[in-house]
Amino acid sequence: MVKELERAGLPTAHICSIITISKTVGANRIVPSVAIPHPLGDPGKTLTEERAIRRRLLEQALSALETEISDQTVFDGP
Amino acid sequence: MSSPKPKPKLRAVHYLNQFFAGQGGEEQGGLEPLWLEGAAGPGRLLESVAPGLEIVGTLVAGDNYMAEDLESAVSRALQVVTQHVDESAIDLFIAGPAFNAGRYGIACAALCQALGNRYGWPAVTAMYPENPAVDGYRREVVMVRTTSDVMGMREAVAGVAAILDKLVAGENLLPARDGIIPRGLRQNYFAAASGAERAIEMLLCKLRGEAFANEYPMPSFDRVPPAPPIADASRATVALITSGGIVPSGNPDRIESASASGWGQYSIEGLEALNATTHRSVHGGYDPTYANEDPNRVLPLDMARVLEQEGRIGRLFPRYFATVGNGTSVEQARRFGTEIAALLVNEGVQAVIFTST
Repeated sequence: MVKELERAGLPTAHICSIITISKTVGANRIVPSVAIPHPLGDPGKTLTEERAIRRRLLEQALSALETEISDQTVFDGP
Repeated sequence: MSSPKPKPKLRAVHYLNQFFAGQGGEEQGGLEPLWLEGAAGPGRLLESVAPGLEIVGTLVAGDNYMAEDLESAVSRALQVVTQHVDESAIDLFIAGPAFNAGRYGIACAALCQALGNRYGWPAVTAMYPENPAVDGYRREVVMVRTTSDVMGMREAVAGVAAILDKLVAGENLLPARDGIIPRGLRQNYFAAASGAERAIEMLLCKLRGEAFANEYPMPSFDRVPPAPPIADASRATVALITSGGIVPSGNPDRIESASASGWGQYSIEGLEALNATTHRSVHGGYDPTYANEDPNRVLPLDMARVLEQEGRIGRLFPRYFATVGNGTSVEQARRFGTEIAALLVNEGVQAVIFTST
């Protein structure tokens, strides 16, 4: 799905837990998430901490959308 | 006259995920590697189909445990194997079958590769040719071709049983004859006719409209060049999509929990966040407890709204899109992507945040 969105010219940030699968299916902008059953949260943490995690992943996704790339790229920087 | 001495049995270690080893369902996805003496689940079936095989022990680990940090999970699994068997007493390693299960397929393939490299054990797994593990591992790992789901268990196990002797003897395995997924290896042989003759024959078949088999099928690398970035997200309309199965309570579009046949679009106009009453997960491939407690953990509407209010996101598209990515065929997923992309482009959306479980 991600690939078809990019093919249509829509930059798409894929926030996902299993990077290997994302790379295999051909996502271009990949943002590694927390875990499979809670990619953008962590039930072991407080709501405030969870929201901070969520915000950080979304910010990473937004900067991935604003970055010019020539190949599949994993965005896991700060 | 004494009867001939029976051939010694092949001694194998078998890998299964938590489901197939009977250790629990999706809630046990984080299960750390453990060891069971003898065969379990599909291993018992395999022993009954291959009387010359003895499964010495079964390595078990949860799907999430293996997939989330593959490298350290594999090294932990190797430690467990080392603690329980003497490497010289084992003839081969078997993993799966994994069918079209992505996490399980990757664990099976990675363990075949790791144990093969570490101990020199011949290794085999079995999976559906579209399993996401195939592309990354097929060159190094022998994979018996299976159906997409567990309905094909008997055939999958029979397929593994049929190649065990050849695998251990180090004989060549051929995709067409032995039912394995092509590994991209080249096999030399003497053909009855020269290349020129065969090419002319093929061309004549083509001209006559008859069937012919290409001797060198071209690989299909379907990579999409990255779309150009947006200059500034604070001036863009951004859409949220998830394959994590987050739908409004009641699942109005009846999206299937596995092998989804469609997708839905749902209004988030005026909505600040999702909650446990309004939305839930219908995904059948992960434990939905955490997603149901707080659906923002999969579709992050709450923080996306905050970023919109702060001006970091220009505007969130007033609907989000959802399907279930669980055994969904590549063909279907491609269609969902194409359909949603057309709609978004038409509505002036400039970028997408796509979340997967």
